[in-house]
Amino acid sequence: MGDFDYSVIFDNLPLLIDGLKVTFLLTILAVVGGIVLGTLLALIRIAKVPVISWVAAAYVNFFRSLPLILVIFWLYFLVPLFLGRPVGSFYSVLIAFILFEAAYYSEIIRAGISSIRSGQVAAGRAIGLSYPQTMRYIVLPQAFRSMVPVLLTQAIVLFQDTSLVYVVGLKDFLVSAELIANRDQRLVEMFVLVAIVYFFFSFAGSLYARHLQRKLSV
Amino acid sequence: MIEINHASKWYGDFQVLNDCTTRVDKGEVVVICGPSGSGKSTLIKCVNGLESIGSGDISVDGSKVNGRKTNLNQLRSRIGMVFQSFELFPHMSVLDNVMLGQLKVLKRSTDEAEQRAQALLLQVGLADHAYKYPAQLSGGQQQRVAIARGLAMDPIAMLFDEPTSALDPEMINDVLDVMVDLAQDGMTMMVVTHEMGFAQKVADRIVFMDEGRIVEDSPKDEFFKAQGSERAKEFLSKILTH
Repeated sequence: MGDFDYSVIFDNLPLLIDGLKVTFLLTILAVVGGIVLGTLLALIRIAKVPVISWVAAAYVNFFRSLPLILVIFWLYFLVPLFLGRPVGSFYSVLIAFILFEAAYYSEIIRAGISSIRSGQVAAGRAIGLSYPQTMRYIVLPQAFRSMVPVLLTQAIVLFQDTSLVYVVGLKDFLVSAELIANRDQRLVEMFVLVAIVYFFFSFAGSLYARHLQRKLSV
Repeated sequence: MIEINHASKWYGDFQVLNDCTTRVDKGEVVVICGPSGSGKSTLIKCVNGLESIGSGDISVDGSKVNGRKTNLNQLRSRIGMVFQSFELFPHMSVLDNVMLGQLKVLKRSTDEAEQRAQALLLQVGLADHAYKYPAQLSGGQQQRVAIARGLAMDPIAMLFDEPTSALDPEMINDVLDVMVDLAQDGMTMMVVTHEMGFAQKVADRIVFMDEGRIVEDSPKDEFFKAQGSERAKEFLSKILTH
């Protein structure tokens, strides 16, 4: 390790930062999309509408039974086929992540909704709010508040999982670092850097999640 | 105003309500009492459709609660309800609790809803607490906010489901005072309670329930003097000696 060369990092900083931007953009969009779709799935399952609720449950179980890398791979080939035109690897993996994460988020959100006392729903209905209004103004805000730490933890897992875009060659942080590593023959420097960066953001995120958990439980 | 005709309800094989018939006229205060498990809370929840009945029918102001054509949300918005466990919305300030229904159901403007809410909080003695959150209030204060929340909808009747059962003794009177004022202002009220002092003071009629049946339904004075059924006598002697 005597010849650990920092300059390769600084020389390639713009490239690395571009890669990190892709990683973050992918994480943030997938978290937002996953939570929106996951909330929808959770509400459909809880509402117990015949057939539709069953389909939602089947969706969740299906995606939770598949390896993420397979979903990424499939969507990479299926999305262009479906739309009849190329969409670029970024959008195909984004869709894959949203579809996949929604299944996990919906289970977290369903548990959050179930933790709200039924008396709260009764109180909402008693002042004349409809079922959707009761969910929107009373149940979901309370459920989300209690779920924030768990949602954040799931987001950290997703942040790490975005590195799986490697299989389709999307230039995220890991792929950018690997390109530089191979080009400049600086494998050690680059993969140490990658590890440090992933560790830094993941660890900071989980510390924050733990802090929130403690704050909310008081 | 509220008419309950031959209402029955089952939970599986267990019959919670057995052929209940009674009525509450406009401006009347009816107290429902009876031992726990007698079906009184279930009965009052059926009045605004929070629970459905198995057979018979219930109507409020001429609209059938269990009717297919009835807009239940609209009907509920005209009947206030106060729960044993308050059920204030913990993520909203006291003021927002009292404004929510006005804004989302009655579609009042924010200014109008806030004015009405402030006036009601003043009426229940909590004007200073408008910007606090429910968790910062005592049980008695929370229950008074819950009453204000119900009144904010300008209801034609108020339902109370054991409003003081979850309260510490020293807070019960604050809540009862508000309810007495309401009763004396002519509000139509159906109250499930064991507070016989309240019943003595403002009730027009007392309904006594046991094992899902309405065992007695008589004017207040008659109830306290005559106490027709043995079961009611026994119940009263138990709760009045303490």
